[in-house]
Amino acid sequence: MPERELDAIDRAIINGLQGGFPLVPEPYAAAAASLGLSEGELLGRLERLLADGTLTRFGPLFQIERLGGAFCLAAMAVPEADFERVAGLVNAFPEIAHNYARNHRLNMWFVLATEQPAEIAATADAIAAATGYPVLTFPKEREFFVDLRLQA
Amino acid sequence: MSDTMDDLDRRIVQATQGGLPLVARPYAAIAGQLGIAEAVLLERLQAMLARGAIRRIGVVPNHYRLGYRANGMTVWDIDDAVVDRVGAFVGGLAGVSHCYRRPRRLPDWPYNLFAMVHARSHDEALQQIETIAERVAAEFGAVVARRDVLFSTRILKKTGLRLAADRPDRQES
Repeated sequence: MPERELDAIDRAIINGLQGGFPLVPEPYAAAAASLGLSEGELLGRLERLLADGTLTRFGPLFQIERLGGAFCLAAMAVPEADFERVAGLVNAFPEIAHNYARNHRLNMWFVLATEQPAEIAATADAIAAATGYPVLTFPKEREFFVDLRLQA
Repeated sequence: MSDTMDDLDRRIVQATQGGLPLVARPYAAIAGQLGIAEAVLLERLQAMLARGAIRRIGVVPNHYRLGYRANGMTVWDIDDAVVDRVGAFVGGLAGVSHCYRRPRRLPDWPYNLFAMVHARSHDEALQQIETIAERVAAEFGAVVARRDVLFSTRILKKTGLRLAADRPDRQES
């Protein structure tokens, strides 16, 4: 639950800064000017939105495949009684970029990100060994569209 | 243009993957930490952006906090002969944020097309998915053998990429 309602300035920042943060020496001043804010106000707002969890991150989003690495979606069917333990074990792997609980027999879905493509299978095997449950991997065979920019 | 990182790129990824510092000159701060000139860092980031190694630079919102409580992974079992055409079509529809073809894992998993939708309620998401199904049927006929939607019930982790701090097989310069 949000601790605080987002106001118009928060929404303008979230909608206006999902990409295009400038690569110039004083980027906050430049971004603030385009939003009609002062640099100090933008910095203060970002700090607050990060602290209260409205933003999970602020910075570059890397596409590791263009850096020689790999991403892979994977899933497991975990009994409810064992779910928290397994989530802890899975999340402890630094290769896990995201992990979501989902309402299906396959109820834990996560994304592996590794620096070398060969590490995907090794990491999936290591997770299966650590948790005792099989890991199904779903490597992407083709990407049709990726652009997640949600309106606040 | 190669899809690899040299040592400096790798150090830049490590220094920025957790986020940019909230100070007036964030790039100067990172450059100082890496022992390079600010201009070199800016050039490297610009080059990574240009070749798609950085998708974008900005805020990453938590869907739930923006009111998107219904984040559905829609999955479709589509005739292999047309799945790529259907994927391109579905990926182009409003409201779909990611769309991929992936392997089936029979018998557990018969679906070969994945598309993410984000809505403020389950009803709104189900309506969106119904619309997608209708549009696919209108465009391609009866190519969907079955479909399902998996809603996320909880974010267990959302850190994004994290390169390990050090790799034993690499020399840091």
